[in-house]
Amino acid sequence: MTHLNELTVAAARDALRKGEATAVDLTMACLTAMDAGDGLNAFVHKTPEIALDMARAADARIKAGDAPDMCGIPLGIKDLFCTKGVASQAASNILKGFKPEYESTVTSQLFNAGAVMLGKLNMDEFAMGSSNETSCYGNAINPWKVDDRSLTPGGSSGGSASAVAGDLCLAATGTDTGGSIRQPAAFTGIVGIKPTYGRVSRWGVVAFASSLDQAGPMTKTVRDAAIMLGAMSGFDPKDSTSAELAVPDFEAALSGDIRGQKIGIPREYRMDGMPAEIEALWANGTAMLKDAGAEIVDISLQHTKYALPAYYVIAPAEASSNLARYDGVRYGHRAKLAPGDGITEMYEKTRAEGFGPEVQRRIMIGTYVLSAGFYDAYYNRARKVRALIKQDFDQVFAAGVDAILTPATPSAAFGLGEMANADPIQMYLNDVFTVTVNLAGLPGIAVPVGLDAKGLPLGLQLIGKPWDEAGLLNHAYVLEAAAGFVAKPQKWW
Amino acid sequence: MSIDIDTARKVAKLARIRVEEADLPALAGELSGILGFMEQLNEVDVDGVEPMTSVTPMRLRRRADVVTDGNIQAQILKNAPDAREGFFAVPKVVE
Repeated sequence: MTHLNELTVAAARDALRKGEATAVDLTMACLTAMDAGDGLNAFVHKTPEIALDMARAADARIKAGDAPDMCGIPLGIKDLFCTKGVASQAASNILKGFKPEYESTVTSQLFNAGAVMLGKLNMDEFAMGSSNETSCYGNAINPWKVDDRSLTPGGSSGGSASAVAGDLCLAATGTDTGGSIRQPAAFTGIVGIKPTYGRVSRWGVVAFASSLDQAGPMTKTVRDAAIMLGAMSGFDPKDSTSAELAVPDFEAALSGDIRGQKIGIPREYRMDGMPAEIEALWANGTAMLKDAGAEIVDISLQHTKYALPAYYVIAPAEASSNLARYDGVRYGHRAKLAPGDGITEMYEKTRAEGFGPEVQRRIMIGTYVLSAGFYDAYYNRARKVRALIKQDFDQVFAAGVDAILTPATPSAAFGLGEMANADPIQMYLNDVFTVTVNLAGLPGIAVPVGLDAKGLPLGLQLIGKPWDEAGLLNHAYVLEAAAGFVAKPQKWW
Repeated sequence: MSIDIDTARKVAKLARIRVEEADLPALAGELSGILGFMEQLNEVDVDGVEPMTSVTPMRLRRRADVVTDGNIQAQILKNAPDAREGFFAVPKVVE
């Protein structure tokens, strides 16, 4: 028998509507799994009382026949989202004790639709990291395990990935600035979609790099991603880059028919030294889409190689500006001052104590590339390269390509601590297949497609045309069905 | 472009992050490594390319210049590490 916490969003919705389960039952099952899942360190602030209140309200709505799709669905919320009255600290000590007086637009929309919040989820500090090892709460741990090592769930949305893959919740929110939804989804065998820039409101989401950040759902299936993305999307006057576009019915777009669609395979993504397993996975995925009737075309995205260096100029530049607000005055941590310390010492000590090493590193890189004399050489040049990267995609889509298939990550999940002595750039290479999508503002989705030789999940990424999440999800739906990925981690926690 | 210790000290100062003198050489080395990685961007021909300002072709919306909220002093000050008499309190700034 399937336990209620193991249900998909779609199955839970249908069970709720048929009266086969209540939102309180579902929530209780998830709260139990959440408490039993402490070994994963995925939930870092639990809100069981709020969850049960929300579940009771959801049951009343379902009974009254006024139940949107997400009504009564228990979710985990990434710590990056501001949730009213509930700790929201972006996994940073500098926001210790911060309880927002407001609710992010995304969580407002989900809660207005009746979704239930179980608690806040672990992540890399300020979403800066690819392994969830920069968190002030300690590492989140991947439920997948093949030997005595603890594996990373990926990052930055590592807690979200771990909680969904470990069935602690039905689905979770994530955010993606350079791959932070798609890489952890791939590392844990779940689905994660980063929508087109502007599709989902950024208001109330702690900002990392504002021109790249987008929130999205992390779910067990493509159908669930379609359902939850619909509830998260839409125009928000409070976000000046939010798109004034109607939100299509993403679930209705899952026809399973991609005959005649053109799938691009970008040759530049075939990196030197790419593991044979990843190459084989990519070839298998290509064959699956071809068997489903799609036309496969070789394409070129010639500036791909420059995406990572451009990203690591632009993202830290924006971060250094966004994170200037953490100064120990209005919220969060303030350092204890020595006699005679003035306001500059207060800023410097507060920020040295409050920010972890990776965040400090990125703020300083950003400060440097924006400083007088270097702005043109680094920041402006990176923005020009970004324009060229976007142009590569524009040309491919103009030539009739409907979606692009690539690997999601250069490897399966690695061991926690294994990169501790590596150069920061080695960690940045995790994002090599995903950052291009953020730089070009496109939608991208990671779909679990197979297991590696050791038994760890591997994912592929599909990239869609701007605003075509509906088409992208349908391609992902076909890939998911053809791959038939049903493996689950063995419970050890 | 390699970053020397003086530049690392200056960057830390601009970023308002206290870095101990003993830690500056390691910081300079790390920052140099990352900037070295970025040097690849110099291989790209960017002549005549406009730097991207917006990833989607859109104009930033402007809202009417009117007051939309207010009278929420208590909420604003709620999370302050040191709030007194309706203000944020900071160390003395003006002698």
